Amino acid sequence: MTSSLTDGAASEGQEERQPAGQPPTRNAPDLRDGQPGLFRLLLKDRFAAVAAFVLLLVGLTALVGPALMGDLATKQNLLFANKAPFTMAHGWEYFLGSDSLGRSMLARLVVASRTTLSVALPAVAVALLIGSLWGVWAGYHRGWRENVSMRVADVIMSFPSLLLAVVVLYVFSPSAANIVLILALTRIPIYLRTARAESAELQSRTFVDAARTFGAKPNAIIFRHVIPVVLPTLLTLATLEFCYVMLAESSLSFLGIGIQPPDVSWGLMVSQGRQYLQTAWWLSIFPGVAIVVTTIAANVLAAWLRIATDPAQRWRLALPRKRLIARIPAKEAQP
Amino acid sequence: MKTAADPSTRQNPQGSAGPAGAQAHDVVLQVSDLAVDIRTHRGTVRAVNSVGFEARAGETLALLGESGCGKSMTAKALAGIMDPVCDLADGRIVLNGTDLAALTPKERLKFAGPELGIVFQDALTALNPVYTVGTQLGEAFRIHRGLNAKQARAEAIDLMKRVGIPEPESRVNSYPHQFSGGMRQRILIAMAVALNPRLLIADEPTTALDVTVQAQIMQLLRKLREEGQMAVILITHDLAVVAEEADSVAVMYAGNVVESGPVAEVFADPRHPYTKGLLESVPVHLERGDQLKSIPGSPPELHDIPSGCVYQSRCPMVQDICRAERPALRPAGRRRTPSGTATAAADPEQTTSAGTNDGGATVRPVRTAACHFSEEITNA
Amino acid sequence: MLTYLRKRIISSALPLVVVVVGVFALARMTGNPASLYLPLNATQQMRDDFTARNGLDQPLLVQMADYFGGVLRLDFGQSLRTGQDAAAMALRAFPATLQLAATTMVLAVVLAVIVGCWAALKPNGVADRISSFISMAAASIPDFWLAIVGIWIFAITLGWVPTSGVSGASAWVLPIATLLLRPFGVLVQIVRGSMVSALSEPYIKLARSRGAGELRVVTHHALRNAAAPALTVAGDLTVGLVNGAVVVETIFGWPGIGKLMIDSILQRDFAVLQAAVLLTAVAIFALNILIDMGYALLDARVRPVTVKA
Repeated sequence: MTSSLTDGAASEGQEERQPAGQPPTRNAPDLRDGQPGLFRLLLKDRFAAVAAFVLLLVGLTALVGPALMGDLATKQNLLFANKAPFTMAHGWEYFLGSDSLGRSMLARLVVASRTTLSVALPAVAVALLIGSLWGVWAGYHRGWRENVSMRVADVIMSFPSLLLAVVVLYVFSPSAANIVLILALTRIPIYLRTARAESAELQSRTFVDAARTFGAKPNAIIFRHVIPVVLPTLLTLATLEFCYVMLAESSLSFLGIGIQPPDVSWGLMVSQGRQYLQTAWWLSIFPGVAIVVTTIAANVLAAWLRIATDPAQRWRLALPRKRLIARIPAKEAQP
Repeated sequence: MKTAADPSTRQNPQGSAGPAGAQAHDVVLQVSDLAVDIRTHRGTVRAVNSVGFEARAGETLALLGESGCGKSMTAKALAGIMDPVCDLADGRIVLNGTDLAALTPKERLKFAGPELGIVFQDALTALNPVYTVGTQLGEAFRIHRGLNAKQARAEAIDLMKRVGIPEPESRVNSYPHQFSGGMRQRILIAMAVALNPRLLIADEPTTALDVTVQAQIMQLLRKLREEGQMAVILITHDLAVVAEEADSVAVMYAGNVVESGPVAEVFADPRHPYTKGLLESVPVHLERGDQLKSIPGSPPELHDIPSGCVYQSRCPMVQDICRAERPALRPAGRRRTPSGTATAAADPEQTTSAGTNDGGATVRPVRTAACHFSEEITNA
Repeated sequence: MLTYLRKRIISSALPLVVVVVGVFALARMTGNPASLYLPLNATQQMRDDFTARNGLDQPLLVQMADYFGGVLRLDFGQSLRTGQDAAAMALRAFPATLQLAATTMVLAVVLAVIVGCWAALKPNGVADRISSFISMAAASIPDFWLAIVGIWIFAITLGWVPTSGVSGASAWVLPIATLLLRPFGVLVQIVRGSMVSALSEPYIKLARSRGAGELRVVTHHALRNAAAPALTVAGDLTVGLVNGAVVVETIFGWPGIGKLMIDSILQRDFAVLQAAVLLTAVAIFALNILIDMGYALLDARVRPVTVKA
């Protein structure tokens, strides 16, 4: 804050000293930062900026949308059952059509966005937190701690996560909290492997050695020196994982063991609309489109983040160039 | 075979004047105005600029320079294996009468192997880790002579014998990682000479090796050169290797040839301040504790090579004209000095090159140097 | 080679055991199947009989010991639903899944190699853009939704293929296309990436300097080196394929092991679920061993015993 204030003051002073009649020099505070801010880089990349905007919009919708929609999502109106989308004839709330009970698709999509995000975000956060800390710890200490951790990761990864989730959710009723937990559990190994690999590499570096010779405790070193270096990679991974978790939740809901009615998530909506595919295609297609748009946005942003948080590659983003193809990194982190 | 027939028809007229008869000392390769551009994200830079030299059968030409001076780039341009971001911007690469630079990549493949072979610096990465050395040695025969796997294997064993690898019959089935560094380098050389090319390019063939092994490898190269009357282009930064192995030398700096000529003459009487600086940085008769000489500064970055002389920033003799105008490569040395220092200075150990010079003096281009003040350099 | 394999087998067997035991324990916690299989007006006595008959009144450890004792005698128990041999049911469903998965995998590998190599030859070229786009789509589109869109367009609107079932070749198109998307999307990027780095290796330059043409360079020299990274993700992809198979088999009514597992969970058919899980785990385990062997065949450096000193 202070720096921008002084910047402003300095440039004002300059303008005052300039002879009248001459146009004032344009103030360009953004160029004065030594480091081009991530946000400015983001704005430069059209695709990444749009992706971030879409995610923001989805987030806002989930946050305030349901309140705005009121009871529209649950209000049944058989007069308006199975109305086709893209017409204002039945009022704005039926612009995206209605289901067989005459409920507004638009309102249901908005309400479902909250459910979908409220499963995906905590699941990603829990997995990120546990997996990263565990992985960094295992990688820093090496030895048996590392071996045991990697074995655990292998066990979790070597079995189809969907089946595991199906079994677990069948045991412990499919509530939103349980879905979050099982999804987090199956995705922990991803962060665990990545964090371990990075941390194991870092702990042999000189700056960690230096900290050790000063008598810093392992936990202090992990928090002060290892985690800040590993964090950008893990956050990028988390963005990517957001897609995966969202898709997994949708699959579970689709199979009937995820979100249970009367709650509604996008995956569940696809499933519910499936039997009306012949008569009312929009019931299945729209929620799917919502999923795809959100995951593509997260994917694009993750691809951009991967480059932007890598100092060795960041120059690519500053290039005046044809657009750089956003590339999907290999899905799983290599151990 | 095409290879056997071509050289006689394509012979360089200068070759017939060669005194040694047969094809020795014929000009095999003539490079002129070679220029290579690299496309980087900061724009296109010229890594090699109007480089010219010639290589003769049975002789070794050394390309000498610091790392990054464009010597390896030149080698890759000659062999047609440049990185995708590099472009051959200009120049002629005349190998036995054919201008390689004018060929399409596909046409060029016919020459890769039978006419031209290349040896890389790091034998471990230059060998494909997933194939046995026999497979890789035999590949050239399979591609160019259409041999089957069994015949190619027999040829591979022969090759391994030729380059002095013990027990070739059993080792032909080993993988590259099962060989020592020196043996790998031998395999690499064997691969390059498999089809008896006219021209062998050796890109720092001994840099990655122990000193004792270095000598063996250089000896092997010499032996193969004499057996096949190959022209060898030896790329190196090692002055001692140049002095011992090469007949002529082209000194490169920042993508330009700054001086060239017979090794004995260039080393005895450098006509370019860079060559002089290089030679002076070799410690001779120094006492312990004496100051070692070196060239101050470092070569210019490729994207800001000055418009004048490329060496201006480090040259002790720099003048205004050096900053204004880039000196061309002009004849220098030798016949110029009335005192006759150059001829007198010919190293008695370099009998081969001295003899060649006497015999072929009329057809050889005189020594050249790219310096405005090449005549004023004193070699005290 | 043998000691290497033995080591790999032991380390891959651990997850197998953990998963099988875990599923066994979890499945028992899903509740007593008595309430599902007996009429609503069944007496407590009938319930107890049912429970005792199926050994469900024993402590978990005893049940487990019984079960694994049976497994060693190749006795996997009977289905509660049909009374049939559980192993027989699992084995009957297995080929349908195997055919689907194998076809998908072969297609995915072949397509990924072709498109990935093409993309790698010209980074940022047309093929590269197409493959990036497909990968992006593969990571973003839910497979069940893709299946539904496929049914909507090709089965309902155009009527080219049946909506479900295994009758005729056309019934294979949609399930395979759905299942193909994800492994292809991952593989094509891996093939592309490893081809790009393999093509920039010195040995590729050297092969060119021996006169090897573009096709030979790609097929002989680069591809084999690029195959190793692709193989390392093959295991993960197979596991993912089982996930996909559960969804795809459910949607298309494909009588495979995925559908069998979902059905037996929903019906608390423990023995069948156990047999199906065990079979899947063994299949994954066997595949992992095959991948390891393929790895060793492909690259001499990972072979533990050097042939000659």
